[in-house]
Amino acid sequence: MNKLAIFATILLAFGVRNAQALNVFACEPEWGSLVHELAGDAATVDAGTTALQDVHVIEAKPSLIAKVRRADLVVCSGADLEIGWLPQLIRQAGNPKVASGAGYFMASDQITTLEKPSKLDRSEGDIHPQGNPHFQMDPYRVLAVAKALAARLGELDPGKAATYQQHLADFTTRWQTAIKGWEAKAAPLKGRKVVVHHMSWIYLENWLGMEQIGALEPKPGVPPTSAHLASLIDVTKNAHAFAILRAAYQDPKPGDWLSEHTGVPAVTLPFTVGGDDQSKDLFGLFDSTIDKLLAVAK
Amino acid sequence: MKRSLLAFSVGLALAGNAFAADSPTSADMKALDARIRALEVEGAKLREQAAAALAEASAARAELEKMKASQQATQETAAAASTAAATAAVSAPAEASAPSAGGANGNAFNPAIAVILNGNYAHHSQNPDNYVRGGFPVVDGTGPGKQGLSLGESEVSFAANIDDKFYGQLTVSYEDDNGKVGTEIEEAYIDTLTLPDGFNVRAGRFFSNIGYLNSHHTHTDNFVDRPLPYQAFLGNQYGDDGAQLRWVAPTDTYLEFGGELFRGEDFPTGGANHDGVGAHTLFAHAGGDVGDSNSWLAGVSMLKAKTTQADDGFSGDNTLYLADATWKWAPNGNTKDGGVTLRTELFFDKRDGFYTTPSDIEVDPLNPELSQPWIGDRRGAYLEAVYRLNRTWDVGYRFDKLWASNSGPFPSDFDPVRHSIEATWRNSEFSFFRLQYSHDDPLRSITDNAIYLQYDVALGAHGAHKF
Repeated sequence: MNKLAIFATILLAFGVRNAQALNVFACEPEWGSLVHELAGDAATVDAGTTALQDVHVIEAKPSLIAKVRRADLVVCSGADLEIGWLPQLIRQAGNPKVASGAGYFMASDQITTLEKPSKLDRSEGDIHPQGNPHFQMDPYRVLAVAKALAARLGELDPGKAATYQQHLADFTTRWQTAIKGWEAKAAPLKGRKVVVHHMSWIYLENWLGMEQIGALEPKPGVPPTSAHLASLIDVTKNAHAFAILRAAYQDPKPGDWLSEHTGVPAVTLPFTVGGDDQSKDLFGLFDSTIDKLLAVAK
Repeated sequence: MKRSLLAFSVGLALAGNAFAADSPTSADMKALDARIRALEVEGAKLREQAAAALAEASAARAELEKMKASQQATQETAAAASTAAATAAVSAPAEASAPSAGGANGNAFNPAIAVILNGNYAHHSQNPDNYVRGGFPVVDGTGPGKQGLSLGESEVSFAANIDDKFYGQLTVSYEDDNGKVGTEIEEAYIDTLTLPDGFNVRAGRFFSNIGYLNSHHTHTDNFVDRPLPYQAFLGNQYGDDGAQLRWVAPTDTYLEFGGELFRGEDFPTGGANHDGVGAHTLFAHAGGDVGDSNSWLAGVSMLKAKTTQADDGFSGDNTLYLADATWKWAPNGNTKDGGVTLRTELFFDKRDGFYTTPSDIEVDPLNPELSQPWIGDRRGAYLEAVYRLNRTWDVGYRFDKLWASNSGPFPSDFDPVRHSIEATWRNSEFSFFRLQYSHDDPLRSITDNAIYLQYDVALGAHGAHKF
């Protein structure tokens, strides 16, 4: 009995969590932020990654296993974005609540993805059979995910289902107003051409009517080569691209190189919540993204 | 026209054959005539049915067109109506989560298949066939490996959820045990999926969770071969038939505790004592992050066995204690783009038993003793540091050392020591090439300088690796 008490004390010393609130593990900060919008204080959110990390290649770190172990719900982009680490976290954590069923929420299951490859062959680079998983940059898709997520939170925590729906209604109103504002503000971006680092921006481009004319990565997930960058100089100049886009976590060197050789500015966009000072939540993420694009779109 | 002519002539030829085979009587002719009529009637019926079906199909098509048009109209109004409709358009349709028609296909539930291909070129300054390590017999599958070109650990693994409660994995590998080439069931186990509160049970054949490297497949290693203590004390990697219980604590710091029961047949155990439960292990691991840029994992483990005639000739009680520690630093935690990995493991091996010359070893005529006591302690350790320059390159250094016993069947006053350096070039997550140089002193005044060139690739299912 004494031994048990000592053991319990040791566990407390390592930080056992009070199980009052719903514990949510968000693979990416944008979904953590969305859970916060919908649940408020009713959920404790652990984000597995930061805006400065490449979520394609995260390692199944012990700290993440510990977080998944305690989670009542995991919220991730899905579409195989986390295939290199999430399955390992779930298998190691021994937490059946999130292994499948209601506790396992993949945002990609709630929306339609773009760029589903017609041919699956790794010689095409790091392609995702279930389509492009970077859909957090489309506010309509974020809203669709929010609806499904509020329902899921209610399913897991029926006592607070009404609260989640109320938060969703509030979020929806604010979000739709914000969308109108962003769309009005970003009108000058329509029809403008961009070069991107990785194929991360298709949803943003589709939403704002921008056109992608090239990517620094020769194939998705393959680091930029000097030969490929050189081949982009003429394309970038001739098409009158207005910006070279990259995410906060990406290596700035290839974009800067192309910028130097073409005079087209390279822009670092937050890409997710926490990607810059302004992106403190989902609203800030889109505010900042559009401000940064407009700043170079003269 | 041509085709019908051909059909006609073929028919004629066939008919000709038939007639030639047995000349018909008039009764036969009548019967045939009746059958043809019947067939004609049937044919007419079928034609009518086909026409009806065709009409139905065209009606259905017309209806479909109508539906499409109306749907388009609603879509247009919806799009005009509000942003909510736009959201609906990007939402997955409810039926999208239902399995596709492919579900009827027998292959739809095939397990994920991953293939690892691995090969080496090695050049050793000492002939590997004559390799002797002071104080530590070289058991099958360990040691310097082959001179020249050879196939490395190449394997196929299948994995899938079995049902709602179990996950299964099978790994079959190519094996070359001193010329005995074949395939081996490397791992074949089931895991539980639904035990509550952080518990996991594994049963089957699997690599023990002791230490750090032991449970990792060699294709995730940072060097071409396993460190000396893994070779000497675990035969590269200890796996056996058994069962494992693991528990992960519900704490902020990662804490894992567990134990295993094994048959006790594979090195360093042998003989499957205690009615086939000859070995057991205990392990504990802890880990966490320090800021966004540092992660660590450390543990202590023990393997205890009652052994009869292991591959190194030992029988008796053997206990192996391990301590492992890993520290990874990478700017912002992007370990694939840069940073340093430091790892060390310490081994303490305790034996109380006797040595019998294995049957496949020739007895030294000058020292024909067949059995002698083997009591004592031996130790081993390695330390490796790998610096990741970028997504493509890493370079590493490893120091490994064994401390021999100066009594018993393998007395040595020299402790084997080795230094290795490596450089790895990765084209993608799925392929790498590695160049390694090792300076190995297995005996006093004997040095094996070795150069290795290795390829290692993964085909098929995208693996999710352990930390």
